[in-house]
Amino acid sequence: MDDEKMIHKVNEIARFFGAYPHEEAVAGIADHVQKFWEPRFRRQLVEYAAAGGAGLNPLAIEALRRVIVPAESR
Amino acid sequence: MPTSTELDFGTPARAGVPVRVEIDGKPITVPAGTSVLRAAMECGVEIPRLCATESLEPFGSCRLCVVEIEGRRGTPSSCTTPVEAGMKVTTQSPKLARLRRGVMELYISDHPLDCLTCPANGNCELQDMAGAVGLREVRYGSGANHLHETKDESNPYFTFDPSKCIVCSRCVRACEEVQGTFALTVKGRGFASKISPGDMLFLESECVSCGACVQACPTATLTEKSVIAAGQPEHSVITTCAYCGVGCSFKAEMQGNEVIRMVPFKDGKANHGHACVKGRFAWGYATHQDRILTPMIREKITDPWREVSWDEALHYAAGEFRRIQAQYGRDSIGGITSSRCTNEETFLVQKLIRAGFGNNNVDTCARVCHSPTGYGLSATFGTSAGTQDFDSVDDADVVMVVGANPTDAHPVFGSRLKRRLRAGGQLIVVDPRRIELVKSPHVEAKHHLGLRPGTNVAVINAMAHVVVSDGLVDETFVAERCDRATFERWREFIADERHSPEAVEAITGVPAVEVRAAARLYATARNAAIYYGLGVTEHSQGSTMVMGMANLAMATGNLGRRGVGVNPLRGQNNVQGSCDMGSFPHEFPGYRHVSNDAVRATFEEAWGVALGGEPGLRIPNMLDAAVDGTFKGIYIQGEDIVQSDPNTRHVVAGLEAMECVVIQDLFLNETASYAHVFLPGSSFLEKDGTFTNSERRINRVRRAIKPMTGMADWQVTIALAKALGCEMEYSHPSEIMAEIARLTPTFHGVSYEKLDRLGSIQWPCNDAAPDGTPIMHVGGFARGKGQFMITEFVATDERTTDRFPLLLTTGRILSQYNVGAQTRRTPNVAWRSEDVLEIHPWDAENRGINDGDLVELASRAGVTTLHAIVSERMQPGVVYTTFHFPGTAINVVTTEFADWATDCPEYKVTAVQVAKTSHTSTWQASYAEMRDETTRRKRPARSI
Repeated sequence: MDDEKMIHKVNEIARFFGAYPHEEAVAGIADHVQKFWEPRFRRQLVEYAAAGGAGLNPLAIEALRRVIVPAESR
Repeated sequence: MPTSTELDFGTPARAGVPVRVEIDGKPITVPAGTSVLRAAMECGVEIPRLCATESLEPFGSCRLCVVEIEGRRGTPSSCTTPVEAGMKVTTQSPKLARLRRGVMELYISDHPLDCLTCPANGNCELQDMAGAVGLREVRYGSGANHLHETKDESNPYFTFDPSKCIVCSRCVRACEEVQGTFALTVKGRGFASKISPGDMLFLESECVSCGACVQACPTATLTEKSVIAAGQPEHSVITTCAYCGVGCSFKAEMQGNEVIRMVPFKDGKANHGHACVKGRFAWGYATHQDRILTPMIREKITDPWREVSWDEALHYAAGEFRRIQAQYGRDSIGGITSSRCTNEETFLVQKLIRAGFGNNNVDTCARVCHSPTGYGLSATFGTSAGTQDFDSVDDADVVMVVGANPTDAHPVFGSRLKRRLRAGGQLIVVDPRRIELVKSPHVEAKHHLGLRPGTNVAVINAMAHVVVSDGLVDETFVAERCDRATFERWREFIADERHSPEAVEAITGVPAVEVRAAARLYATARNAAIYYGLGVTEHSQGSTMVMGMANLAMATGNLGRRGVGVNPLRGQNNVQGSCDMGSFPHEFPGYRHVSNDAVRATFEEAWGVALGGEPGLRIPNMLDAAVDGTFKGIYIQGEDIVQSDPNTRHVVAGLEAMECVVIQDLFLNETASYAHVFLPGSSFLEKDGTFTNSERRINRVRRAIKPMTGMADWQVTIALAKALGCEMEYSHPSEIMAEIARLTPTFHGVSYEKLDRLGSIQWPCNDAAPDGTPIMHVGGFARGKGQFMITEFVATDERTTDRFPLLLTTGRILSQYNVGAQTRRTPNVAWRSEDVLEIHPWDAENRGINDGDLVELASRAGVTTLHAIVSERMQPGVVYTTFHFPGTAINVVTTEFADWATDCPEYKVTAVQVAKTSHTSTWQASYAEMRDETTRRKRPARSI
């Protein structure tokens, strides 16, 4: 997935949960990504956020610190 | 083989208090309001009749059903005479016999005596009644008659022969009462009376070809052309339609292995004997010459197809999948289940992927239609499905139709809704277009909120704002049934002035006064129901809008009883079922997340294999991953993503990047152009299994004709699984359903035996509800307390600009269906043989566009061309088209913007420009060339 698309998708998620109080919003974003994003794109996303996350909603960056990515499998 | 006598009781059933009467000395107790004619039928006494039939209100015109009633003068018509307590009726006497013979003699004097060569021979009520009354002579041999009237053969499916018409008005009344179109009338008076579709040919008239008139006709006046060609059917099979999510039950009426006609089944609980032009007539695709009946393979998509045996095709596919996994990893392949296939077939495909492929890379077409329904209703109510049965609408006082066009896309429900509206129900339409329901004969919406595309959430929030600010919340319902904390937070959120109708008017384009009035109408109704379609879900805020409607219904207490609810009108015949069966990459059957260890353990134990606990890829992510080089193989059963999914260029790029694409379908669809293996599929007429409709109703699909490919679809999946080393042991689809029932709590009580006994079952069906659940959330929500969600309006990033100043929305029309693979191969093309662009007169005039002009439709994603229709159904600034024809390739224009929660594409909002043109787009030209190249077939080869 190209970065621009990935950033847009995550920011859209953050815009929905952004209507909630801060802690709930961060937890909501993290839970959504954890539940619905396949590991390879979750990994891409978490690595992108960890590298600074340019263009990502700050709530998303905070949430992505809580997202768990499994080890790569073959 | 299931059969049904389908007795016609002459007039509709009533539900009054019990009344005891005596008919020909036989006592019978029937509900008050029941006609004497029906009461007689119920005690086994058949009174001759012609103008009466059970699906229509009594009319009393033929005078054949006359009876004598003790203590009354004359001979009243039994169809129009309701029973009264103690009534004693005589149905046979010399006087009655004389009267009936006289009536019949008059009818026959103006009727052709060609019974032996008449298409209705063997199924003609006029003929039957002549026999029943003992007609032996016709004294009126000459004089004026209608025997030389011209036959109208314009409709592709039936003929209208006025020379055989007895002007009983059953067709006119069927068109009015059952279908609600009012296309037919009785023209003229007395002897000059004749049935007319408005002084024009049927095909040119307002007739929607539902066939209700043909079914109601007691003679050969209105007759299916298939019956004229082949004669009367000799046996029938009760099955379920494979078009929209209404899920109509049909009798497939047969001669041997050939379908002669499809007749909507009177006892079908979704359709009660009604049908539409697609279900009743457009089934010829099943035996169309384009059907591919032999498996084919090729190494490269530029190679011609090579016909091979089933064994070779399946082992080639399995070998490729295993090679790819060895080379690129276990997660490099996946599959797509079909909402056109049965629950059993879909269950097997997801099982193959989870257990055979060893990953959760399974998705389904609900991704591009109702995935937000699952997300939104699950979050608020706890169940990923609509709340009501269709019959519930009869108790609705106010109906709000949001982003749906039932008279085109769900026509049988549309007719049902119109009937309720004619009987006094009030209607709110929320739609950018003036759909037929906004104003049609005897139906007019009280409020049409003609919003700008993309502003649904702003409108629903504004309505909720009015409910809260006007004190219209059902406080008792909320206190008893909903989560208090989320409600209070929502109340505070929605009461904010930014959600007021006045504040959002500039965004939505809907006058605040209309929003306020509509909200009050909805909130103050005794029963108010919401029905919605893809105009809700196919938005960047699709899931938010579903939650917004759920919030509104909970706040006003419109849940948990008849006449209310939040009801998605599902697109394809089994889209509900495909979702139920675990077709989403994050869920096992029954909507349980794959990360749930306990749930996963039950499947692992049943299937004898370790299963993944991480969500798999959604369809758009499969394509993304393919472009990235990490997804290399796919098994697609009964879907055509090249035509149906957004941004065709991206879809094609993804498919071209794969090394093994396996398609299972009836036809070489558009996606097959990029495939390496083609496995022939079966039509619904060849299937055994179940479909689940929009009201969670599980209906049996029964085989009417032999599988034309030699293998049923479920057997193909089993064979592919076996070739992959994944054994599946089933000898009949009923055994698959037994496994579904064992593993899925909401299906625990479902079995073929029970389905055959009850006719159909609405899930949940379990120990708590052994016969199923027509209405959900009675007394409590599936999740416990109803949860209010915060639904902030967020404008889509798809914005109009100077370059793309119009908004495009896409959808369906009545005569065509989805990608058109079925309907394009039927005479339905008589109504529409290409996609057209509807454009408002102002926008057309500004661009110098006239009706019929070829226009270029361009967005930031791509360009296509099609012909324009100038229409005031559109609002200025909005254009509309369909996605039925591959030649248009409308999804070259749509973008990848999608619902934030589910990735459901934003088909309803694409910024575009429209301009006159003289040539087709370069995409269309190159695509046509490519398709010619990629559909070549090398023959002959080994065959099955």
